[in-house]
Amino acid sequence: MTSTIATVTAAPLPGAVLPGAVPADGTFTQAWLLIALPLLGAAVLLLAGRRADRWGHWVGVAASAGSFVVGLLLLIGLLGRDAEDRVLDLHLFRWIPTGPLDVDAGLRIDPLSLSFVLLVTFVGTLIHVYSVAYMEHDVDRRRFFAYLNLFVAAMLVLVLADSYLLLFVGWEGVGLASYLLIGFWNQHTPNAVAAKKAFVANRIGDLGLLIALMLMVATFGAVDFDTVLAAAPGAGEGVLTAMGLMLLLAACGKSAQFPLQSWLGDAMAGPTPVSALIHAATMVTAGVYLIVRSGPIFEGAPTAQLVVVIVGAITLLFGAIVGCAKDDIKKALAASTMSQIGYMVLAAGLGPIGYAFAIFHLVTHGFFKAGMFLGAGSVMHGMDDSVDMRRFGGLSRYMKITWLTFAAGWLAIIGFPGLSGYWSKDLIIEAAFTGEGWRPWVFGSAALLGAGLTAFYMSRLFFMTFHGRRRWDDGHGAEQDVAAAPVRHPHEAPLLMVVPMVVLAVGSVALGGLLALGDGFVTWLEPVTGHVEHHEPVLPVWLIIALTMLLVLVGAFLAWRQYAVSTVAVPAPAGSALTRAARRDLHQDAVNDTLLVQPGQYLTRSLVYGDRTVVDGAFTGLGKVLVGAGDAARRVQTGFVRSYASTMTIGLVVLGVVVLATRI
Amino acid sequence: MNLEGLPLLTVLIVLPLVGAVVLWALPAGLRERVRTVAVVVTVLELVVGLAALTAFDTAAAATHQLTETHPWIPAIGASYAVGVDGVGLLLVLLSVLLTPLVVLASDRTTAGSADRLRHYLALVLVLEAFMVAVFAARDVFLFYVLFEAMLIPVYFLIGVFGGVQRRYAAVKFLVFSLAGGLIMLVAVIALYLQGPGGPEGFLTTRLTGLEMPVLTERLLFLAFFLAFAIKAPMWPVHTWLPDAAQNATAGTSTLLVGVLDKVGTFGMLTLCLPLFPDASRWAAPVIIVLAVVSVLYGALLAIGQQDLMRLIAYTSVSHFGFIVLGIFAFTSVSVQGSALYMVNHGLSTAALFLTAGFLVSRHGSQRIADYGGLQKVTPVLAGTFLVAGLSALSLPGLSTFVSEFLVLVGTYARSGPAAVVAVIGVVLAALYVLIAYQRVFTGPVRPELAATPDLSGRERWVVAPLIALMVVFGFYPAPMVDLVREPSQGTLQQVGVDDVAPTQGLLVGTGTDDEGSTT
Repeated sequence: MTSTIATVTAAPLPGAVLPGAVPADGTFTQAWLLIALPLLGAAVLLLAGRRADRWGHWVGVAASAGSFVVGLLLLIGLLGRDAEDRVLDLHLFRWIPTGPLDVDAGLRIDPLSLSFVLLVTFVGTLIHVYSVAYMEHDVDRRRFFAYLNLFVAAMLVLVLADSYLLLFVGWEGVGLASYLLIGFWNQHTPNAVAAKKAFVANRIGDLGLLIALMLMVATFGAVDFDTVLAAAPGAGEGVLTAMGLMLLLAACGKSAQFPLQSWLGDAMAGPTPVSALIHAATMVTAGVYLIVRSGPIFEGAPTAQLVVVIVGAITLLFGAIVGCAKDDIKKALAASTMSQIGYMVLAAGLGPIGYAFAIFHLVTHGFFKAGMFLGAGSVMHGMDDSVDMRRFGGLSRYMKITWLTFAAGWLAIIGFPGLSGYWSKDLIIEAAFTGEGWRPWVFGSAALLGAGLTAFYMSRLFFMTFHGRRRWDDGHGAEQDVAAAPVRHPHEAPLLMVVPMVVLAVGSVALGGLLALGDGFVTWLEPVTGHVEHHEPVLPVWLIIALTMLLVLVGAFLAWRQYAVSTVAVPAPAGSALTRAARRDLHQDAVNDTLLVQPGQYLTRSLVYGDRTVVDGAFTGLGKVLVGAGDAARRVQTGFVRSYASTMTIGLVVLGVVVLATRI
Repeated sequence: MNLEGLPLLTVLIVLPLVGAVVLWALPAGLRERVRTVAVVVTVLELVVGLAALTAFDTAAAATHQLTETHPWIPAIGASYAVGVDGVGLLLVLLSVLLTPLVVLASDRTTAGSADRLRHYLALVLVLEAFMVAVFAARDVFLFYVLFEAMLIPVYFLIGVFGGVQRRYAAVKFLVFSLAGGLIMLVAVIALYLQGPGGPEGFLTTRLTGLEMPVLTERLLFLAFFLAFAIKAPMWPVHTWLPDAAQNATAGTSTLLVGVLDKVGTFGMLTLCLPLFPDASRWAAPVIIVLAVVSVLYGALLAIGQQDLMRLIAYTSVSHFGFIVLGIFAFTSVSVQGSALYMVNHGLSTAALFLTAGFLVSRHGSQRIADYGGLQKVTPVLAGTFLVAGLSALSLPGLSTFVSEFLVLVGTYARSGPAAVVAVIGVVLAALYVLIAYQRVFTGPVRPELAATPDLSGRERWVVAPLIALMVVFGFYPAPMVDLVREPSQGTLQQVGVDDVAPTQGLLVGTGTDDEGSTT
């Protein structure tokens, strides 16, 4: 049916000539196992109860690892096929057969979804292993693993779905897992509040996805990728713009992009492995996936694309600025995540030229950011769960492996030549400099400036934690005159935590280069993103690279001078107006509070009062009037009866009200 | 087993009545086992209900099946005529499913004493009989009589077994219902006079497709609609429900909101639309506005509640808004969504009321502020409440999502602004569910709650079937959709509106018959 549509629609835009999906066969018919394994793991862990406390976590690890193995087999299968045959659809079952709208549940296996599958299950399995040790002393470790497995299953539904509706199931599923895991230690009220905040902010985004679904049904009569994406080039720009903006709203909620970014920092209330897996490597990047997957919609809606790029640019700077001021190691990393996803969204908004780069950066970021979060978890593990970097310092001597693996992530994210982040981020900066008119200058400069800021805040984080003077007491007194320094006994984490960190560090160093070999990764994605000829940036490429390097060096140098060489003040100095604003996340909560929360609470209170007094009052008041009228009518006996029924009506109402008034 | 000859619907109506008589006549020695007897009766009823499902031909879901027609009062044209189409069957099944769970959930503390429990359960059985009958009635007079007769058991269930203000709540319920019902009675008689009359003059088939003066049809429609809107309940005639739910037992509220109120939306779908098609189209724009108001108003009020049961009642006002919205959007997708919504909301709200009831029975307070931190103490209760809450906020993967999605996309095709405004209810739903969960189950454990027992085995058996069904029909709703698809399309034909075709489908769908080219 795809071909039928293609023949009657206008010629698709360049870059949007995508191969249609072919039915899955052979190994690919087993792709449902990817989702079934972790789902089964979650079900077993939740239903088995306390009986499974001793071994439950290994079930969780096995489920995730099993899913990864299936993913590998599918990768081998897909690599064995011609590029144009690498988009497969696996039909699962009739889902919602309403007649005019028939939605089937099915999986889309293609280079894009499989890249996600491998990222999610590989990093996911490592984080499962890490959590076995990290959560060892938690009485609810089994439940933690159940939620992690639930997350993996939902995330795989999200990326493997062959329709927007099934994607939505995964989309809200990961939201639920995120809610459960942010609030995992919910006996502490702020954690529960943070979980709720994340869910509600996500729901505001989901509203966008729901409206996009409505638009798709009204426009195309379908919600599956095949039909919608093939028909999109023939639809009007107005409806595509609306669809694109609604999808962007959804992406903003899930990926913590401006203006729905406020939940991500608070989400750090969850256990650190959760922050690594869900709030850094995978779930928060789902918005980027959604935009890339919906390419043909955005390509027909240049306005929506422009808004995507603007949102990406704002968020990448927003996150970077906030990251420069945070003293909480996890919140600084969260701000960095937001900023890095801003890069990806920016790239995705550039159209086919940026899709592959966005996904490339997403994959490398998944490695180095997850690695750094696990590193932060290791530091917290050694420092009695403290997250205040002003109370860290000099830890490189105490936690050598953590220090080294973290260094790999740090160098990767700032774009040190040859490491993973260098390959992927550089491509985005170059792409941001392509185009016509004012755009390449504005967006290119934003991307460039972001690179410098990234170098500064990540170096700041790295030096404050691992270098400089010790701002804690190792039991033999504080190193200097640090007042009330807490006693800590930092030590290297156990093997189960160290191994995943090392593996991710290797990925942070080498993965980018490997995938960049011969444009391998970009070519691999072409069946989904389309082939794009190279565009020349408005500046020479060598100049862009040189400028990026210069800014990175400046950023890193400033951080080194301020946080490794000079002494770091333990109570944070007052700071400039910008610093103070950045510490408060540029006042995002104050803005939301004023614009949404307070008016909402006022409205709710007024309505509750009005329901009692006005709406209900009207009926009880009417009752009293009828009693009076009924009494009067009975006394003077002048009522002419029009029908039995109407007499009965009034009579019974009167009777009822009398009863009501006297309260039998 | 050959089910052809058995009058299954009559069996379904009579069996609980017999059960009620048995309970009332139970010898003193057996009265300690009264719940067991009631469970046996209601499970038997459930089995008969499933037999009816197997006897039902899904391929012909639009036609009434399992029909029986006997003269009742030929002098006034009333017949005992029962039969169900796919929608009616689903609601009958919902009734016979929820009743055993409500019975199992009740115990001595619910009713006050062992003897009071006997009366309570007998009334529940009487109510079950009426509920099944009203969804099966194919005679307008019979429907009306049952519509009113249901009030009697509910009045006593609230007024005798409820909370502090039970009498006030019971009478308020009665007055609202009677006011609507009696206005409807006028319309029922007037409708008969418009029809062909005769000994079977009240059969719905005889009263469908009548030629009526415009004004008459509109007035009759409004009378029926008002009765149904009060029952449903819609804004602004909803104010009896929070009081009823606050004061009734959790079991009563489950049946009241989960099943009984569906008679309102069921009536709109199966009586208002086919009997008064022109007037339905005439009134639809205003009703859609009222429905959207209900969606948002109910949700906002739910957010502001301090009492757990009132909160659940207001969530239902919001959900009934969605159901009415889907019915009056007049697209086959939205109408199917509404039909499914009636069933799924029944499961969801039952899970909420019953779980909340278990919670309340542990400490005797319905005030949300009296709780805190219970997740650590009673993880199973917390998990169950959360799943029930997630179904109330229509989380994908649970059955409520399917229906809400269909209502929204179906409505959008007819009335974009209504759907877009209503979708805000989705965000508000997240707030009312998660705020309540946060306040009851998270935070530090209160010392006085530290010894709260978790759900017992019996209580787990009450909620497990509900959760299982919500999950199963969340991922695999096709069997339910098969039951409502043809009836919904049939209803639209009776109303005389065409489905809305996708705008782009017209352009690209030529030559294909499996997509785009919708009717």
